[in-house]
Amino acid sequence: MDLISSHPVLNFEHRAKVSFCFDGKEMEGFEGEPIAMALHANGVKIYRYTPERKRPRGFFCAIGKCSSCFMVVDGVPNVRTCVTPLKRGMKVETQSGRGAIKLFPGEGA
Amino acid sequence: MKELNTDILVVGGGPAGLSAAAEAAGIGANVLIAEGDLHLGGQLVKQSHKFFGSKDEFAGTRGFEIARLLRDEIARCGDRVKTMLNTTITGYYPDENVVTAMIGEEEYIRVRPKKMVVASGAQERLIPFPNNDIPGVYGAGAVQTLMNVYGVVPGKKVLMIGAGNIGLIVSYQLMQAGVEVTAILEAMPRIGGYWVHAAKVRRLGVPILLRHSIGRALGDNFVTGALINELDEKFNPTGSPEHVECDTICLAVGLTPSNELLWQAGCKMKYVPFLCGHVPLRDKNMRTSNAGVWMAGDVCGIEEASAAMIEGRIAGMSAAASLGFKVSDDNFEKYRLRLKNLRAGEVGEKIRIGVSDVTVDGWEANS
Repeated sequence: MDLISSHPVLNFEHRAKVSFCFDGKEMEGFEGEPIAMALHANGVKIYRYTPERKRPRGFFCAIGKCSSCFMVVDGVPNVRTCVTPLKRGMKVETQSGRGAIKLFPGEGA
Repeated sequence: MKELNTDILVVGGGPAGLSAAAEAAGIGANVLIAEGDLHLGGQLVKQSHKFFGSKDEFAGTRGFEIARLLRDEIARCGDRVKTMLNTTITGYYPDENVVTAMIGEEEYIRVRPKKMVVASGAQERLIPFPNNDIPGVYGAGAVQTLMNVYGVVPGKKVLMIGAGNIGLIVSYQLMQAGVEVTAILEAMPRIGGYWVHAAKVRRLGVPILLRHSIGRALGDNFVTGALINELDEKFNPTGSPEHVECDTICLAVGLTPSNELLWQAGCKMKYVPFLCGHVPLRDKNMRTSNAGVWMAGDVCGIEEASAAMIEGRIAGMSAAASLGFKVSDDNFEKYRLRLKNLRAGEVGEKIRIGVSDVTVDGWEANS
Protein backbone atom coordinates (compact mmCIF):
# COMPACT_ATOMS: atom_id res chain seq x y z
CA MET A 1 0.00 0.00 0.00
CA ASP A 2 1.21 3.49 -0.86
CA LEU A 3 1.04 5.08 2.58
CA ILE A 4 2.67 8.20 4.00
CA SER A 5 5.72 6.88 5.83
CA SER A 6 6.61 9.86 7.98
CA HIS A 7 4.82 13.10 8.73
CA PRO A 8 5.91 16.15 10.76
CA VAL A 9 2.51 16.68 12.39
CA LEU A 10 0.30 13.62 12.06
CA ASN A 11 0.40 10.09 13.44
CA PHE A 12 -1.78 7.65 11.58
CA GLU A 13 -3.52 5.06 13.71
CA HIS A 14 -4.95 2.29 11.63
CA ARG A 15 -7.12 -0.61 12.66
CA ALA A 16 -6.45 -4.18 11.58
CA LYS A 17 -5.14 -4.89 8.11
CA VAL A 18 -7.64 -7.04 6.23
CA SER A 19 -7.75 -8.55 2.77
CA PHE A 20 -10.49 -7.87 0.25
CA CYS A 21 -11.09 -8.68 -3.36
CA PHE A 22 -11.04 -6.09 -6.17
CA ASP A 23 -12.12 -7.37 -9.61
CA GLY A 24 -10.82 -10.82 -8.72
CA LYS A 25 -7.51 -9.61 -7.27
CA GLU A 26 -6.67 -9.88 -3.61
CA MET A 27 -5.72 -6.61 -1.94
CA GLU A 28 -5.07 -5.31 1.56
CA GLY A 29 -6.63 -2.40 3.34
CA PHE A 30 -7.53 -1.21 6.82
CA GLU A 31 -10.73 -2.40 8.40
CA GLY A 32 -13.31 0.33 8.94
CA GLU A 33 -11.64 2.83 6.63
CA PRO A 34 -13.45 3.79 3.42
CA ILE A 35 -13.12 1.34 0.53
CA ALA A 36 -12.08 4.18 -1.81
CA MET A 37 -9.04 4.98 0.34
CA ALA A 38 -7.91 1.36 0.35
CA LEU A 39 -8.22 1.19 -3.43
CA HIS A 40 -6.28 4.39 -3.90
CA ALA A 41 -3.53 3.11 -1.62
CA ASN A 42 -3.38 0.01 -3.86
CA GLY A 43 -2.98 2.16 -6.98
CA VAL A 44 -6.54 1.63 -8.27
CA LYS A 45 -7.79 4.86 -9.84
CA ILE A 46 -10.75 3.82 -12.00
CA TYR A 47 -13.80 2.95 -9.91
CA ARG A 48 -16.53 2.94 -12.56
CA TYR A 49 -17.43 3.71 -16.19
CA THR A 50 -20.26 6.11 -17.01
CA PRO A 51 -23.49 4.74 -18.59
CA GLU A 52 -23.53 6.68 -21.86
CA ARG A 53 -20.01 7.58 -22.89
CA LYS A 54 -18.15 4.92 -20.87
CA ARG A 55 -15.91 7.56 -19.30
CA PRO A 56 -13.70 6.43 -16.43
CA ARG A 57 -14.51 7.86 -13.02
CA GLY A 58 -12.74 7.64 -9.69
CA PHE A 59 -12.31 9.26 -6.35
CA PHE A 60 -13.46 12.90 -6.26
CA CYS A 61 -15.19 14.48 -3.23
CA ALA A 62 -14.48 11.98 -0.43
CA ILE A 63 -17.60 13.06 1.50
CA GLY A 64 -20.31 10.97 -0.13
CA LYS A 65 -21.84 13.78 -2.12
CA CYS A 66 -20.67 13.57 -5.74
CA SER A 67 -21.36 9.95 -6.89
CA SER A 68 -18.04 9.70 -8.76
CA CYS A 69 -16.81 6.73 -6.70
CA PHE A 70 -19.86 4.46 -7.08
CA MET A 71 -18.88 0.78 -7.27
CA VAL A 72 -20.44 -2.64 -6.90
CA VAL A 73 -19.76 -3.89 -3.38
CA ASP A 74 -20.81 -7.41 -2.39
CA GLY A 75 -23.20 -7.37 -5.33
CA VAL A 76 -24.80 -4.01 -4.46
CA PRO A 77 -24.31 -1.32 -7.14
CA ASN A 78 -23.93 2.45 -6.62
CA VAL A 79 -22.18 2.11 -3.28
CA ARG A 80 -20.48 5.34 -2.23
CA THR A 81 -17.08 3.81 -1.61
CA CYS A 82 -15.65 7.00 -0.07
CA VAL A 83 -17.93 6.65 2.97
CA THR A 84 -18.43 2.89 3.10
CA PRO A 85 -16.20 1.09 5.58
CA LEU A 86 -14.00 -1.74 4.35
CA LYS A 87 -14.64 -5.17 5.81
CA ARG A 88 -12.61 -8.36 5.66
CA GLY A 89 -13.38 -10.42 2.57
CA MET A 90 -15.41 -7.73 0.81
CA LYS A 91 -15.94 -8.17 -2.90
CA VAL A 92 -15.42 -4.84 -4.68
CA GLU A 93 -16.02 -4.51 -8.41
CA THR A 94 -15.59 -1.77 -11.01
CA GLN A 95 -19.09 -0.60 -11.95
CA SER A 96 -20.17 -0.29 -15.56
CA GLY A 97 -23.09 2.00 -16.21
CA ARG A 98 -25.92 2.24 -13.74
CA GLY A 99 -25.66 -1.22 -12.27
CA ALA A 100 -28.56 -3.55 -11.71
CA ILE A 101 -30.51 -3.19 -8.50
CA LYS A 102 -31.64 -6.35 -6.76
CA LEU A 103 -35.19 -5.76 -5.65
CA PHE A 104 -35.58 -9.09 -3.94
CA PRO A 105 -33.00 -11.43 -2.45
CA GLY A 106 -31.78 -13.89 -5.06
CA GLU A 107 -32.76 -11.74 -8.01
CA GLY A 108 -29.97 -11.52 -10.60
CA ALA A 109 -27.68 -8.51 -10.55
CA MET B 1 -39.74 1.28 8.71
CA LYS B 2 -38.01 1.99 11.99
CA GLU B 3 -38.84 5.37 13.45
CA LEU B 4 -36.89 7.46 15.95
CA ASN B 5 -38.10 10.39 18.03
CA THR B 6 -35.94 13.13 19.41
CA ASP B 7 -36.22 16.66 20.75
CA ILE B 8 -33.65 17.98 18.33
CA LEU B 9 -32.18 16.40 15.23
CA VAL B 10 -28.82 17.83 14.28
CA VAL B 11 -28.00 17.18 10.64
CA GLY B 12 -24.22 16.97 10.33
CA GLY B 13 -21.58 16.22 12.95
CA GLY B 14 -19.02 18.85 11.97
CA PRO B 15 -17.95 21.87 14.02
CA ALA B 16 -21.36 23.57 13.70
CA GLY B 17 -23.43 20.46 14.40
CA LEU B 18 -21.36 19.29 17.37
CA SER B 19 -21.47 22.76 18.92
CA ALA B 20 -25.24 22.90 18.44
CA ALA B 21 -25.70 19.45 19.96
CA ALA B 22 -23.49 20.18 22.97
CA GLU B 23 -25.27 23.44 23.68
CA ALA B 24 -28.80 22.03 23.32
CA ALA B 25 -27.99 18.97 25.42
CA GLY B 26 -26.26 21.18 27.98
CA ILE B 27 -29.56 22.81 28.85
CA GLY B 28 -31.54 19.60 28.88
CA ALA B 29 -32.68 18.68 25.37
CA ASN B 30 -32.31 15.22 23.92
CA VAL B 31 -30.33 15.38 20.70
CA LEU B 32 -29.73 13.03 17.81
CA ILE B 33 -26.79 13.76 15.53
CA ALA B 34 -26.93 12.27 12.04
CA GLU B 35 -23.50 12.26 10.40
CA GLY B 36 -22.95 11.00 6.87
CA ASP B 37 -19.28 10.21 7.29
CA LEU B 38 -17.63 7.54 9.43
CA HIS B 39 -16.51 9.91 12.17
CA LEU B 40 -17.58 13.05 14.02
CA GLY B 41 -15.72 16.31 13.52
CA GLY B 42 -16.52 17.07 9.89
CA GLN B 43 -13.72 18.63 7.93
CA LEU B 44 -11.85 19.57 11.11
CA VAL B 45 -10.42 16.05 11.28
CA LYS B 46 -8.19 16.68 8.28
CA GLN B 47 -7.02 20.16 9.24
CA SER B 48 -3.47 19.66 10.45
CA HIS B 49 -2.69 23.37 10.69
CA LYS B 50 -3.20 25.67 13.64
CA PHE B 51 -6.25 27.90 13.52
CA PHE B 52 -6.23 31.70 13.55
CA GLY B 53 -8.79 34.00 15.05
CA SER B 54 -9.76 34.17 18.67
CA LYS B 55 -8.60 32.14 21.68
CA ASP B 56 -12.28 31.58 22.48
CA GLU B 57 -12.50 29.68 19.20
CA PHE B 58 -9.31 27.65 19.74
CA ALA B 59 -6.86 29.89 17.88
CA GLY B 60 -3.43 28.26 17.93
CA THR B 61 -4.93 24.77 18.09
CA ARG B 62 -4.73 22.34 15.17
CA GLY B 63 -8.01 21.52 13.47
CA PHE B 64 -8.01 17.80 14.27
CA GLU B 65 -7.37 18.65 17.93
CA ILE B 66 -10.38 21.00 17.92
CA ALA B 67 -12.43 18.07 16.57
CA ARG B 68 -11.24 15.96 19.51
CA LEU B 69 -12.21 18.69 22.01
CA LEU B 70 -15.70 18.87 20.49
CA ARG B 71 -16.06 15.07 20.57
CA ASP B 72 -15.02 15.11 24.24
CA GLU B 73 -17.67 17.74 24.92
CA ILE B 74 -20.29 15.54 23.23
CA ALA B 75 -19.13 12.53 25.24
CA ARG B 76 -19.62 14.50 28.47
CA CYS B 77 -23.28 15.04 27.51
CA GLY B 78 -23.81 11.32 28.11
CA ASP B 79 -27.11 9.79 27.03
CA ARG B 80 -28.58 13.12 26.05
CA VAL B 81 -26.73 13.06 22.75
CA LYS B 82 -27.07 10.07 20.49
CA THR B 83 -24.95 9.80 17.39
CA MET B 84 -25.56 7.94 14.17
CA LEU B 85 -22.56 7.71 11.85
CA ASN B 86 -22.63 6.83 8.13
CA THR B 87 -26.18 8.16 8.21
CA THR B 88 -27.36 10.58 5.55
CA ILE B 89 -30.56 12.57 5.88
CA THR B 90 -32.16 12.10 2.48
CA GLY B 91 -35.44 13.93 2.69
CA TYR B 92 -37.71 16.16 4.75
CA TYR B 93 -41.48 15.85 4.63
CA PRO B 94 -42.95 19.04 6.13
CA ASP B 95 -46.55 17.78 6.14
CA GLU B 96 -45.71 15.00 8.54
CA ASN B 97 -42.66 16.73 10.05
CA VAL B 98 -40.64 13.65 9.36
CA VAL B 99 -37.19 13.15 7.83
CA THR B 100 -35.86 10.05 6.16
CA ALA B 101 -32.36 8.82 6.86
CA MET B 102 -30.20 6.30 5.05
CA ILE B 103 -27.86 4.24 7.20
CA GLY B 104 -24.98 2.95 5.12
CA GLU B 105 -26.26 2.32 1.61
CA GLU B 106 -29.33 0.17 2.08
CA GLU B 107 -31.10 0.74 5.40
CA TYR B 108 -33.71 3.46 5.66
CA ILE B 109 -35.32 4.86 8.81
CA ARG B 110 -37.58 7.75 9.70
CA VAL B 111 -36.80 10.39 12.28
CA ARG B 112 -39.46 12.52 13.89
CA PRO B 113 -37.73 15.50 15.52
CA LYS B 114 -39.48 18.24 17.42
CA LYS B 115 -36.92 20.68 16.05
CA MET B 116 -34.07 20.42 13.60
CA VAL B 117 -30.67 22.11 13.26
CA VAL B 118 -29.28 21.78 9.75
CA ALA B 119 -25.49 21.88 9.79
CA SER B 120 -24.86 19.97 6.59
CA GLY B 121 -21.81 21.94 5.52
CA ALA B 122 -20.65 22.46 1.99
CA GLN B 123 -19.31 20.76 -1.07
CA GLU B 124 -16.46 21.59 -3.39
CA ARG B 125 -17.00 23.40 -6.64
CA LEU B 126 -15.92 22.05 -9.98
CA ILE B 127 -14.75 24.19 -12.92
CA PRO B 128 -15.29 23.23 -16.54
CA PHE B 129 -12.36 22.13 -18.72
CA PRO B 130 -11.94 19.18 -21.09
CA ASN B 131 -11.28 15.91 -19.27
CA ASN B 132 -12.18 17.34 -15.85
CA ASP B 133 -14.01 14.10 -15.07
CA ILE B 134 -11.13 11.64 -15.35
CA PRO B 135 -9.56 10.01 -12.30
CA GLY B 136 -6.75 12.13 -10.92
CA VAL B 137 -8.82 15.32 -10.97
CA TYR B 138 -9.77 15.57 -7.32
CA GLY B 139 -11.27 18.09 -4.98
CA ALA B 140 -8.52 19.64 -2.85
CA GLY B 141 -10.50 18.84 0.28
CA ALA B 142 -10.81 15.25 -0.86
CA VAL B 143 -7.06 14.98 -1.26
CA GLN B 144 -6.68 16.41 2.21
CA THR B 145 -8.96 13.67 3.55
CA LEU B 146 -7.06 10.98 1.68
CA MET B 147 -3.68 12.00 3.04
CA ASN B 148 -4.37 13.63 6.41
CA VAL B 149 -7.09 11.33 7.71
CA TYR B 150 -6.16 8.03 6.09
CA GLY B 151 -2.43 8.51 5.45
CA VAL B 152 -2.65 7.56 1.78
CA VAL B 153 -0.23 9.15 -0.69
CA PRO B 154 -2.55 10.97 -3.13
CA GLY B 155 -0.10 11.15 -6.07
CA LYS B 156 3.48 11.93 -7.02
CA LYS B 157 3.13 15.32 -8.67
CA VAL B 158 0.22 17.63 -8.02
CA LEU B 159 -1.01 20.66 -9.94
CA MET B 160 -3.12 22.87 -7.66
CA ILE B 161 -5.89 25.03 -9.14
CA GLY B 162 -6.72 27.99 -6.91
CA ALA B 163 -4.64 30.11 -4.54
CA GLY B 164 -7.29 30.73 -1.93
CA ASN B 165 -6.72 29.43 1.60
CA ILE B 166 -7.67 25.84 0.74
CA GLY B 167 -5.36 25.72 -2.30
CA LEU B 168 -2.46 27.18 -0.32
CA ILE B 169 -2.95 25.09 2.82
CA VAL B 170 -3.45 21.82 0.95
CA SER B 171 -0.34 22.54 -1.17
CA TYR B 172 1.72 22.94 1.98
CA GLN B 173 0.22 19.81 3.50
CA LEU B 174 0.97 17.84 0.32
CA MET B 175 4.61 18.78 0.75
CA GLN B 176 4.48 17.75 4.41
CA ALA B 177 3.31 14.36 3.15
CA GLY B 178 6.27 14.19 0.78
CA VAL B 179 4.34 14.97 -2.41
CA GLU B 180 5.70 17.35 -5.05
CA VAL B 181 3.52 20.36 -5.95
CA THR B 182 4.38 21.53 -9.47
CA ALA B 183 2.57 24.85 -9.36
CA ILE B 184 -0.46 26.66 -7.98
CA LEU B 185 -2.60 28.37 -10.61
CA GLU B 186 -4.79 31.34 -9.79
CA ALA B 187 -7.10 32.98 -12.35
CA MET B 188 -7.27 36.24 -10.42
CA PRO B 189 -4.44 38.79 -10.55
CA ARG B 190 -3.81 38.29 -6.82
CA ILE B 191 -3.60 35.56 -4.22
CA GLY B 192 -6.94 34.96 -2.52
CA GLY B 193 -5.74 33.32 0.69
CA TYR B 194 -3.87 34.68 3.69
CA TRP B 195 -0.37 35.97 3.05
CA VAL B 196 1.11 33.70 5.71
CA HIS B 197 -0.11 30.56 3.91
CA ALA B 198 1.17 31.84 0.56
CA ALA B 199 4.55 32.67 2.09
CA LYS B 200 4.94 29.11 3.40
CA VAL B 201 4.57 27.52 -0.04
CA ARG B 202 6.66 30.17 -1.75
CA ARG B 203 9.50 29.58 0.73
CA LEU B 204 9.45 25.94 -0.36
CA GLY B 205 9.84 27.06 -3.97
CA VAL B 206 6.36 26.34 -5.33
CA PRO B 207 5.44 28.85 -8.04
CA ILE B 208 2.09 30.61 -7.68
CA LEU B 209 1.09 31.55 -11.22
CA LEU B 210 -1.40 34.43 -11.14
CA ARG B 211 -3.69 35.01 -14.12
CA HIS B 212 -3.30 31.37 -15.07
CA SER B 213 -5.81 28.59 -15.44
CA ILE B 214 -6.05 25.01 -16.58
CA GLY B 215 -7.05 24.48 -20.22
CA ARG B 216 -7.27 20.69 -20.27
CA ALA B 217 -6.43 17.62 -18.25
CA LEU B 218 -4.36 15.13 -20.25
CA GLY B 219 -4.77 11.37 -20.12
CA ASP B 220 -7.23 8.73 -21.29
CA ASN B 221 -7.86 6.70 -18.15
CA PHE B 222 -6.27 8.94 -15.55
CA VAL B 223 -4.35 12.20 -15.37
CA THR B 224 -0.91 12.21 -17.01
CA GLY B 225 -0.48 15.97 -17.29
CA ALA B 226 -2.23 19.24 -17.97
CA LEU B 227 -2.23 22.13 -20.42
CA ILE B 228 -2.25 25.48 -18.70
CA ASN B 229 -2.78 28.99 -20.03
CA GLU B 230 -2.10 32.53 -19.11
CA LEU B 231 -5.31 34.60 -18.98
CA ASP B 232 -5.90 38.11 -20.29
CA GLU B 233 -7.82 40.91 -18.58
CA LYS B 234 -11.10 39.29 -19.53
CA PHE B 235 -10.04 35.85 -18.26
CA ASN B 236 -9.64 34.48 -21.80
CA PRO B 237 -6.63 32.25 -22.54
CA THR B 238 -3.78 34.09 -24.19
CA GLY B 239 -0.60 32.82 -25.83
CA SER B 240 0.11 29.16 -26.44
CA PRO B 241 -0.73 26.59 -23.77
CA GLU B 242 2.08 25.22 -21.63
CA HIS B 243 2.43 21.52 -20.84
CA VAL B 244 2.72 20.60 -17.16
CA GLU B 245 3.65 17.14 -15.94
CA CYS B 246 1.47 15.86 -13.11
CA ASP B 247 -0.54 12.80 -12.07
CA THR B 248 -3.00 14.68 -9.88
CA ILE B 249 -4.95 17.89 -10.41
CA CYS B 250 -6.43 19.39 -7.27
CA LEU B 251 -9.38 21.75 -7.58
CA ALA B 252 -9.46 24.38 -4.87
CA VAL B 253 -11.92 26.68 -6.57
CA GLY B 254 -14.34 27.28 -3.77
CA LEU B 255 -17.17 25.66 -1.87
CA THR B 256 -20.91 25.93 -2.12
CA PRO B 257 -23.47 25.31 0.66
CA SER B 258 -25.06 21.82 0.83
CA ASN B 259 -28.49 23.34 1.20
CA GLU B 260 -30.84 20.70 -0.28
CA LEU B 261 -32.59 19.97 3.00
CA LEU B 262 -33.26 23.65 3.63
CA TRP B 263 -34.90 23.97 0.22
CA GLN B 264 -37.05 20.95 1.05
CA ALA B 265 -37.99 22.48 4.38
CA GLY B 266 -39.38 25.45 2.47
CA CYS B 267 -36.94 27.90 4.07
CA LYS B 268 -36.86 31.27 2.36
CA MET B 269 -33.59 31.35 0.42
CA LYS B 270 -31.54 34.03 -1.27
CA TYR B 271 -28.56 33.91 -3.60
CA VAL B 272 -25.72 35.75 -1.91
CA PRO B 273 -22.42 35.74 -3.85
CA PHE B 274 -20.39 36.71 -0.76
CA LEU B 275 -21.75 33.63 1.03
CA CYS B 276 -21.03 31.48 -2.05
CA GLY B 277 -24.52 30.34 -3.00
CA HIS B 278 -28.16 30.11 -2.03
CA VAL B 279 -28.55 30.52 1.71
CA PRO B 280 -31.59 30.80 3.99
CA LEU B 281 -32.82 33.99 5.55
CA ARG B 282 -32.19 33.88 9.29
CA ASP B 283 -32.99 35.70 12.47
CA LYS B 284 -30.30 36.57 15.03
CA ASN B 285 -30.77 33.13 16.65
CA MET B 286 -30.04 31.26 13.39
CA ARG B 287 -33.66 30.23 12.91
CA THR B 288 -34.89 29.91 9.33
CA SER B 289 -38.33 31.00 8.06
CA ASN B 290 -39.50 27.48 8.99
CA ALA B 291 -40.36 27.63 12.72
CA GLY B 292 -38.94 24.15 13.27
CA VAL B 293 -35.63 24.56 11.47
CA TRP B 294 -32.37 26.21 12.52
CA MET B 295 -29.05 26.26 10.68
CA ALA B 296 -25.36 26.71 11.41
CA GLY B 297 -22.02 26.59 9.67
CA ASP B 298 -21.13 26.50 5.98
CA VAL B 299 -24.67 25.59 4.93
CA CYS B 300 -25.74 29.13 5.76
CA GLY B 301 -22.76 30.72 3.98
CA ILE B 302 -19.18 29.62 3.36
CA GLU B 303 -17.04 30.85 6.24
CA GLU B 304 -14.56 29.34 8.68
CA ALA B 305 -14.94 26.62 11.28
CA SER B 306 -14.53 29.19 14.06
CA ALA B 307 -17.69 30.98 12.96
CA ALA B 308 -19.48 27.68 12.38
CA MET B 309 -18.92 26.66 15.99
CA ILE B 310 -20.42 29.87 17.39
CA GLU B 311 -23.36 29.74 15.00
CA GLY B 312 -23.90 26.15 16.11
CA ARG B 313 -23.96 27.17 19.78
CA ILE B 314 -26.50 29.91 19.08
CA ALA B 315 -28.68 27.61 16.95
CA GLY B 316 -28.55 24.75 19.45
CA MET B 317 -29.45 26.99 22.36
CA SER B 318 -32.25 28.68 20.48
CA ALA B 319 -33.75 25.41 19.24
CA ALA B 320 -33.71 24.01 22.79
CA ALA B 321 -35.15 27.25 24.18
CA SER B 322 -38.08 26.94 21.77
CA LEU B 323 -38.92 23.64 23.48
CA GLY B 324 -39.02 25.33 26.86
CA PHE B 325 -35.50 24.62 28.10
CA LYS B 326 -34.09 27.54 30.05
CA VAL B 327 -31.43 29.76 28.50
CA SER B 328 -30.21 33.09 29.78
CA ASP B 329 -30.15 36.00 27.36
CA ASP B 330 -26.58 36.67 28.47
CA ASN B 331 -25.46 33.49 26.79
CA PHE B 332 -26.93 34.57 23.47
CA GLU B 333 -25.30 37.97 23.84
CA LYS B 334 -21.95 36.38 24.66
CA TYR B 335 -21.94 34.23 21.54
CA ARG B 336 -23.22 37.00 19.30
CA LEU B 337 -20.40 39.24 20.50
CA ARG B 338 -17.84 36.52 19.79
CA LEU B 339 -19.23 36.11 16.29
CA LYS B 340 -19.12 39.84 15.73
CA ASN B 341 -15.50 40.03 16.87
CA LEU B 342 -14.55 37.14 14.62
CA ARG B 343 -16.03 38.92 11.62
CA ALA B 344 -14.45 42.28 12.43
CA GLY B 345 -11.85 43.93 10.25
CA GLU B 346 -10.99 43.76 6.60
CA VAL B 347 -10.99 39.96 6.30
CA GLY B 348 -14.56 39.69 7.51
CA GLU B 349 -15.99 42.42 5.33
CA LYS B 350 -17.56 40.23 2.65
CA ILE B 351 -19.08 37.95 5.28
CA ARG B 352 -20.51 40.94 7.15
CA ILE B 353 -22.11 42.30 4.00
CA GLY B 354 -23.41 38.87 3.01
CA VAL B 355 -24.84 38.04 6.42
CA SER B 356 -26.53 41.41 6.80
CA ASP B 357 -28.19 40.78 3.44
CA VAL B 358 -30.02 37.70 4.77
CA THR B 359 -30.58 38.57 8.43
CA VAL B 360 -34.12 39.55 9.39
CA ASP B 361 -35.32 41.24 12.59
CA GLY B 362 -37.85 38.53 13.30
CA TRP B 363 -40.47 36.26 11.80
CA GLU B 364 -44.19 36.85 11.58
CA ALA B 365 -46.04 35.11 14.38
CA ASN B 366 -47.64 32.45 12.23
CA SER B 367 -44.59 31.63 10.09
